Amino acid sequence: MVRFLLSKLLYLIPTFLGITIVAFGFVRILPGDPVLLMAGERGVSPERHAELSAQLGFDKPLVMQYLDFLGRLLQGDLGNSLVTKRPVLDEFLALFPATLELGLCAIIIATLIGVPVGVLAAIKRGSWFDQVSMTSALVGFSMPIFWWGLLLIIFFSGYLGWTPVSGRISLMYYFPEGTGFMLIDSLMSGQDGAFASAVSHLILPSIVLATIPLAVIARQTRSAMLEVMGEDYVRTARAKGMPSRRVIGVHALRNAMIPVVTTIGLQIGVLIAGAILTETIFSWPGIGKWMIDSISRRDYPVVQSGLLLIAGLVMLVNLLVDLTYGLINPRIRAT
Amino acid sequence: MSDTVQLSSSAIRRQMLAEFWFYFRQNRGAVAGLVVFILLVLTAVFAPLLAPHDPTTQYRDAFLLPPVWQEGGRAEFLLGTDAVGRDMLSRLIFGAQYSLFIGIVVVAIALVGGVIIGLIAGFFGGWVDSVIMRVMDVILAFPSLLLALVLVAVLGPGLTNAMIAIAIVYQPHFARLTRAAVMGEMRREYVTAARVAGAGNLRLMFKTILPNCLGPLIVQATLSFSSAVLDSAALGFLGMGAQPPAPEWGTMLAEAREFILRAWWVVTLPGLAILISVLAINMMGDGLRDALDPKLKRS
Repeated sequence: MVRFLLSKLLYLIPTFLGITIVAFGFVRILPGDPVLLMAGERGVSPERHAELSAQLGFDKPLVMQYLDFLGRLLQGDLGNSLVTKRPVLDEFLALFPATLELGLCAIIIATLIGVPVGVLAAIKRGSWFDQVSMTSALVGFSMPIFWWGLLLIIFFSGYLGWTPVSGRISLMYYFPEGTGFMLIDSLMSGQDGAFASAVSHLILPSIVLATIPLAVIARQTRSAMLEVMGEDYVRTARAKGMPSRRVIGVHALRNAMIPVVTTIGLQIGVLIAGAILTETIFSWPGIGKWMIDSISRRDYPVVQSGLLLIAGLVMLVNLLVDLTYGLINPRIRAT
Repeated sequence: MSDTVQLSSSAIRRQMLAEFWFYFRQNRGAVAGLVVFILLVLTAVFAPLLAPHDPTTQYRDAFLLPPVWQEGGRAEFLLGTDAVGRDMLSRLIFGAQYSLFIGIVVVAIALVGGVIIGLIAGFFGGWVDSVIMRVMDVILAFPSLLLALVLVAVLGPGLTNAMIAIAIVYQPHFARLTRAAVMGEMRREYVTAARVAGAGNLRLMFKTILPNCLGPLIVQATLSFSSAVLDSAALGFLGMGAQPPAPEWGTMLAEAREFILRAWWVVTLPGLAILISVLAINMMGDGLRDALDPKLKRS
């Protein structure tokens, strides 16, 4: 297992270096003077330009600039935002819990609904349940989620007036940020109605973000179950006279879960792309909205480091998925 | 001699097509998807004839008119008008042109680029393969929409740049698929036979091996087509794709956002158009996969 882990880690190093090159190169291929873009200044005198250039290290050869960039990166220095002047890493860490909370809720919703629906559809293959659920899954998979979010707002916020339109909690409530997770913080604050307010803010964005992963998980679970149920060991278990529930629950489901776990893990990239849209629609203060705002404000240090952090995160999660895969499926480890 | 060879190969092709259609037809959803897709293509091609109004003409006496069946609707604007008095139906019809054009261009660039890269990687193997595949891994490490957004930020917002960005992001999928298929085919005897017969590398790559890897590529192309429609609409929605006043569905949604609680039709209809198109293409893709994937065929 240790060897498996090490080989996976070694494999990631070139990819990670590649990501840093993309983030490093991104600023340098932007149209315009990179010094001015990164300093966020305009119309400066030649002296000031030289000063800024030296300050940001743009006067050195490109290779040295890249090595400096890597060195600072390893020390956790990701530069400062042009707009807020705060370190990018601090901003990321402050906003990340909001995205994590939203993402976790979405993946929990998607898994809790998607897996049972997929299993049931596979067991009752060809039934009306199978047809309806798989058609819905295909619709969900094809959904433009930015539009889906707007529709839910029209219906639940506009027509029924059940849920708020944006933000994480009503402005009525104020409490110091503890964990960064609004659900936990609001509960701990002990204020009446704070938790309910946090839930009502979270529910629509979670549903929107969960839509595509839910569809993918349901489809994947169904096809994995169908494949496993045709295997010899399932037929053997049935032939031995084992009750159907046990055959499905123990023999089939456990093995069918292997590809499903991978699918769930791989949804992280989808979730982050979805978070960009979902957070924009619901004004959810997370990293997706932060990236979009930074791109439109031309806050390039934030875009550069945000890109790096998000890609690093996706890589890390993919590694974890690979390791889980190795844990639950010993056959993979051997190769 | 050459005549008989020609005849038999075209007969084989016809036979393959017939077999493909036999399997494709069994999936009712796929056939429905195909029909909707053909209608979409016809709408796009004949948009200037079908649309009752010019998609960018602003009627100053008709701001935010509801569809004709609702109170206040006017017969000349069947699906109502938007905030500056443009006919919704005409804009939706012309929007089909954008979506299909985007899908075709993106898939063409991603497919050609990915196939060439994948062929090179799979055919030559060794360090060439390692280098190429690591580069593909790097691209895949970024969430596609985020990378497309950043690329558009580099290239400047606009439809052409959005298409290029999306194509770059999709291209590794084609490269990986081609590489895997090529590596599988390389071990087959017919490849060795062609090599012994003196076929050069280029001929081996494009004429001998590639046609046998097409199945999964066609399926991937269909799926990428629908994703391209979705992603370009998302970029348009975020203000980074087609720019107003273009009647692109995502851009229309972005312009309509502030009216969501006042005029349901300006928000609902463009999204519905996106959903129907993407759904139709995906249904077709499912059918194609069933028909082209030999593993799933009940022989």
